[in-house]
Amino acid sequence: MLTYLAKRLLEMIPTLFGITLISFLIIHLAPGKPTDALSEMNPKMTPEARERLEKYYGLDKPVMVQYGLWLKRIVRLDFGESFSMDRRPVMQKIWDTKQPITERRLFITFMLNLMAMIIILLIAIPIGISSATHQHTLFDKITTTTVFVGFAMPSFWLALLLMLLFGVYLDWLPISGLKSMNYDALPFWGKVIDRVRHLVLPLFVVAFGSLAADSRYMRSSMLEVIRQDYVTVARAKGLSEKAVIYRHAFRNALLPLITLIGLSVPGLIGGSVIFENIFGIAGMGQLFFNGVMARDYPLIMAILTIGAFLTLLGNLLADVGYMLADPRIRTGQ
Amino acid sequence: MKRTVFLSALILLTLIITGCRQRNTGTAGSDVKNGDDNPAYGDAIIEGTIGEPSNLIPMLASDSASHAVSGLIFNGLVKYDTDLSITGDLAEFWDISPDGLVITFHLRKGVRWTDGAEFTADDVLFGYRTIIDEKTPSAYKEDFLQVKKAEVLDRFTFRVTYDKPFAPALTSWGSLVILPKHLLEGKDITKSDMTRDPIGLGPYKLSKWVSGQELLLESNRDYFEGRPYIDHYIYKVIPDPATMFLELKTGGIDMMGLTPIQYTKQTDTAFFRENYRKYRFPAFQYTHLAFNQKHPWFSDKRVRQAIAFGIDKKEIVDVVLFGLGSPATGPYVPNTWPYNPHVKKYEYNPEMARQLLREAGWQDTDGDGIVDKDGKPFQFTILTNAGNALRKNTATIIQWRLEKIGIKVDIRTVEWSTFINQFIDKKRFEAVLLGWSIGLDADQFDIWHSTKTKEKELNFISFSNAEVDELLEKGRRTFDLEKRKKAYFRIQEILADEVPYIFLYVPDATPIVHARIRGIRPTPIGISYNLPKWYVPKILQRHTMVP
Repeated sequence: MLTYLAKRLLEMIPTLFGITLISFLIIHLAPGKPTDALSEMNPKMTPEARERLEKYYGLDKPVMVQYGLWLKRIVRLDFGESFSMDRRPVMQKIWDTKQPITERRLFITFMLNLMAMIIILLIAIPIGISSATHQHTLFDKITTTTVFVGFAMPSFWLALLLMLLFGVYLDWLPISGLKSMNYDALPFWGKVIDRVRHLVLPLFVVAFGSLAADSRYMRSSMLEVIRQDYVTVARAKGLSEKAVIYRHAFRNALLPLITLIGLSVPGLIGGSVIFENIFGIAGMGQLFFNGVMARDYPLIMAILTIGAFLTLLGNLLADVGYMLADPRIRTGQ
Repeated sequence: MKRTVFLSALILLTLIITGCRQRNTGTAGSDVKNGDDNPAYGDAIIEGTIGEPSNLIPMLASDSASHAVSGLIFNGLVKYDTDLSITGDLAEFWDISPDGLVITFHLRKGVRWTDGAEFTADDVLFGYRTIIDEKTPSAYKEDFLQVKKAEVLDRFTFRVTYDKPFAPALTSWGSLVILPKHLLEGKDITKSDMTRDPIGLGPYKLSKWVSGQELLLESNRDYFEGRPYIDHYIYKVIPDPATMFLELKTGGIDMMGLTPIQYTKQTDTAFFRENYRKYRFPAFQYTHLAFNQKHPWFSDKRVRQAIAFGIDKKEIVDVVLFGLGSPATGPYVPNTWPYNPHVKKYEYNPEMARQLLREAGWQDTDGDGIVDKDGKPFQFTILTNAGNALRKNTATIIQWRLEKIGIKVDIRTVEWSTFINQFIDKKRFEAVLLGWSIGLDADQFDIWHSTKTKEKELNFISFSNAEVDELLEKGRRTFDLEKRKKAYFRIQEILADEVPYIFLYVPDATPIVHARIRGIRPTPIGISYNLPKWYVPKILQRHTMVP
């Protein structure tokens, strides 16, 4: 087991190296330079001034040299400084140590996604199980339709409609942001309630849009399992239907979900641009999108590298999880 | 167990729903009795902003969000008055030598940075040295590289000397170069704390900046023009325009810029009339259709004029801007001093357009509705940047109008960075639809002078006219307003005749502000110039801030 882990971890190094190299080259292939934003149709910008800026950012060197310099920094875990006008270290943008932890971008996105993931699993798993055990019933049809409506509906549109209803007409919930203007003056429970009130709409919109995948996986995996011989045996033993489904079938049906959860690890830090923009949430998606638009190479590279690392790690965790959960894989049969 | 869970869920839900029934439904408008409407200190104004500022040192930032905020924190030596004349700000007055080469600024005494240090001429010299330093990545260097010598005569007198008279020189001494020397000397300005936590001397000071969410500014009680009435100015970052409008509706923000449709339709309700005031004034920008002068078809003046006659500017203003703008006739905003109202106007005239095309040899010989010459149909592409709906709609109307005079137009939108690098810089375009922000000074040397046509330079259409070159030079080399005016008037006549651009429209800026905020006086330079004088009458004050 340990040798297996060590081997897998070692394999990650060249993969990660390859990913960063390709990402770096592709980013530099995109037309445009970080200096464009600074000189955007500015009548006071002469070519000489532009050259000075490019030199300042080290953009006058060949791409491979730039990559080498980047790599040299990255092995010390230094992601460098952002090319945007504020020139802050990239890590400060992602994880701003000057702000309370709840205001740091990575934390915001991570917590939102984690909460969303838990909610999705809590709803999707029961839906999946019930629609498998009640296949082709009215319940199955209604849930299937509902989750697909959620899947198909553009999230920005749903978000706007809900904001209009709950924010403007009913005046029940706040529209954007994650806390109120007077947040700091609130007592502890007031703060908790304020947070929850701000989270209701964003979490609902994310969860509603993502129920389909997980519940359908759960349903099909459950359908497969309840046709297995051991389920028939369990029933034949005279076990109650509840025990059959939840003790015998459910556990085995959960296996594919391990892969699914493993794959969603990188998603935990990559926020959705549309969703974050609509709700005015300062998360990673926004940061990444703005970074791409401004051709902020160090920032883009940092987020891509972290994302790549987490993807590889997620895969590894899924495999390990499988090994722990499934004796057939563990013993290599 | 189940019951408890259900009960707590119910309680939580009730709390959530009832928690925020605090919306101020009292109307802010007209029901204040006379006499209660006196200026009072207090309250806060919350402005919605799409973009987050990046850097609050003015010389390091080039985005409008940064300048909007730093404009409240820093002042300049001079500023524009409401009639666009130049007036003193941190400089009480100034002298210009008769040859126009030396400007001596006499600074206001007793102005303090918000950390208590006194503002002196050394701060100005330090700011100047910083901006021309090649280690400072500033987009605004050029005006300052024209300076031959800058010196401090005494604590409150600062003098600059130029090689040649340079008219934009005076106005360049705005807030770009005023920096606190005692805090920044010997430090790398790009890494300084000042970029996110500046010490200024303007009407407001920054007290909190939560990345991606909000900036909280607090009034500077020792501001040299008097303490601003409104205690707090808050920028709330809301990247989505639709969300921002909903926030406005619920009172989450007090002020935002409206789109044309929001201004004319969505805010035309009793609720908005009662609770908000809308303002409207020409923005300092114009949108135009520019032709590549090197393209064989567009090098013929008659073709350019024909297209100008074939476009109905009034219609574009009415349809695209819902009437919130005015047709442009040249590169200046109407009612400002360089604007020449008496130039060739090109009223919509398709007959004239067709005739001019015929004269230039373009005729529909094969009867397909498109004019042709030497067997080639007149078909060209209007290129514009993606993500700007106003420009795309404008291009679509032009496409439809030009079809009527037998010209087929394709429209292509390209992402900004690609647009500039692959098409504008390489001059790979036939016509582009773009906008210019107009500086408050009339000098447009970089846009029209024939030497400014190299890659990355701004005369990317390769416009070249000897008389315009000469007039541009004349206009920037004198401080005499009458002489400058004459030069710029003539330039506009030539541009109107030559049609290198078709000047399409000057849009209006359309901000909306909550009605409880008083003291706003619209002028040609907008509404925000007297922000420290805005106030909320005591009984209408809404926000109290915990320090």
